[in-house]
Amino acid sequence: MQPIRGRCHKFGDDIDTDVIIPARYLNTTDPQELAKHCMEDADPAFPAKVKPGDIIIAGKNFGCGSSREHAPLAIKGAGVAAVVASSFARIFYRNAINIGLPIFEAPGLAEASEPGDEIVIYPEEGVITNLTRNLTFRTAPFPPFMQGIMAAGGLIPYVAKKLKGEV
Amino acid sequence: MGMTVTEKILAFHAGLKEVEPGQLINARIDLALANDITAPLAIKEFRRLGVTKVFDPQRVVLVPDHFTPNKDIKSAEQAKLVREFAREQGVIYYEIGRMGIEHCLLPEEGLVGPGDLIVGADSHTCTYGALGAFATGVGSTDLACAMATGECWFKVPETILLRYYGKLRPWVGGKDLILYTIGDLGVDGALYKALEFTGEAIAELSMDGRFTMANMAVEAGAKNGIFPVDEKTLEYIRGRVKRPYQVYTSDADARYSEIREYDASRIEPQVAFPHLPENTRNISEVGDIKIDQVVIGSCTNGRMEDLRVAAKILRGKKVHPEVRLIIIPGTQKIYAQALEEGLISVFIEAGAAVSTPTCGPCLGGHMGILARGERAVATTNRNFVGRMGHPESEVYLAGPAVAAASAIKGRIAAPEEVL
Ligand code: SF4
Repeated sequence: MQPIRGRCHKFGDDIDTDVIIPARYLNTTDPQELAKHCMEDADPAFPAKVKPGDIIIAGKNFGCGSSREHAPLAIKGAGVAAVVASSFARIFYRNAINIGLPIFEAPGLAEASEPGDEIVIYPEEGVITNLTRNLTFRTAPFPPFMQGIMAAGGLIPYVAKKLKGEV
Repeated sequence: MGMTVTEKILAFHAGLKEVEPGQLINARIDLALANDITAPLAIKEFRRLGVTKVFDPQRVVLVPDHFTPNKDIKSAEQAKLVREFAREQGVIYYEIGRMGIEHCLLPEEGLVGPGDLIVGADSHTCTYGALGAFATGVGSTDLACAMATGECWFKVPETILLRYYGKLRPWVGGKDLILYTIGDLGVDGALYKALEFTGEAIAELSMDGRFTMANMAVEAGAKNGIFPVDEKTLEYIRGRVKRPYQVYTSDADARYSEIREYDASRIEPQVAFPHLPENTRNISEVGDIKIDQVVIGSCTNGRMEDLRVAAKILRGKKVHPEVRLIIIPGTQKIYAQALEEGLISVFIEAGAAVSTPTCGPCLGGHMGILARGERAVATTNRNFVGRMGHPESEVYLAGPAVAAASAIKGRIAAPEEVL
């Protein structure tokens, strides 16, 4: 996986999926439509200010709450390149991996960073650096099985290959 | 080394003799579930797999319950897509008028049994742990693959053992025990882990109370919540569950990452304040909180016992003039039973709106959305920002007794205050 470099948006602890994409917008599955309302209950300006390649950083238990895959889809639809949090709720974690949204656990990064900081992630080395503040954090590299899913571009292409006997 | 019940179910379905926490496994599933919000996405992904048939139509269940009866054109389109896929594939499907909220409906219909491994594209799939099954929520992509292959990947979780001893106080039910527990563990206290509920207070609890507790395991971040199978469980599944099932029990020397004990006799009715289920307080410490709406229902507390408790409190009383009370039976069968027992007349005479089964207001979908600044007491499971409507509205979570008493008083109230 290539290094991911971008400008960060910062959120707090326990950001739930109702905040990431409120249920009132769940009558569609289109990532572009969902992206228009991404994070709006936490920061109404977010959908307008987020730029492709930006990185979301947050505190603990990011993505808690409902199983809606619309949450990582909305984030991906908004062009966000990666999410880094102190910890993730488990269904959100699975969903992000499954749809090919890169996510990383790095306790301490959110506390040490401010909105707009430049962040660079080296997925293979398990290293995340805040370039603005010159601080470096560790993140666990993915287990081989998940690397396989990521490399295939998500669970669907991965399982499709498996069904054809290619992996 | 012994295994927990969760480990045993996972090992069996992975075709392994043993598993240990942290191990990544591929396991066979007994049932895959999705609803009108998550199924459309799962169907889209299923098609991308290039598969034409689900692995077993009798093991796939689709329930339109969130935005149904359809709240708008877009939801109608989604529900239609689900209905057409269900017909095409011949999977188990429940239509409006014959359905219920998925997690009330599936156990009632006998679709889940002890020892099952169930995945659902809904986070509250963990409800079925009340029957001694391993049941967990997944996303739509996971569900698409599960529908296609009959398998799903898991990381074996560590287990936290929760033991409840002592006799429950009056008006204290499963909802109060689980809210108290979430207050203690925190919303991420059981992240990636299994919760195993045991103890004499659990043995005393009805099946409805156990469903309520298992339902909210995910609110502590847990992967699943699981109960021992006892006489009450077997009584419940008798005549319902048609598939063979298997009762597993945790070994005496099973490993737990943590053991917590609670004296149930000291637990008061609980209220979770906005905007997290962990913000719990004893009813005696709530203070004067005026409310605009009360919702009694959902996959947490829309069952028979919940309606009976609410009716006991509302009988012969009137809902406060400035409060809207919305009562939603969890399934058509519960609705019919409540009619037969005269509970629905009690609600209507008290001034409540009674609805056909739907998730409706629980997720801020329809049938009781809150305006800016409004406050609700709800027997649902989440009080996140904007969960029931406007981002500046507030949801207080409680059991049916506190909810009904609050509807009468117009503020959050203890059941004793109205009796
Ligand atoms: S009642 Fe609420 S929590 Fe339960 S399935 Fe429906 S929306 Fe989800």
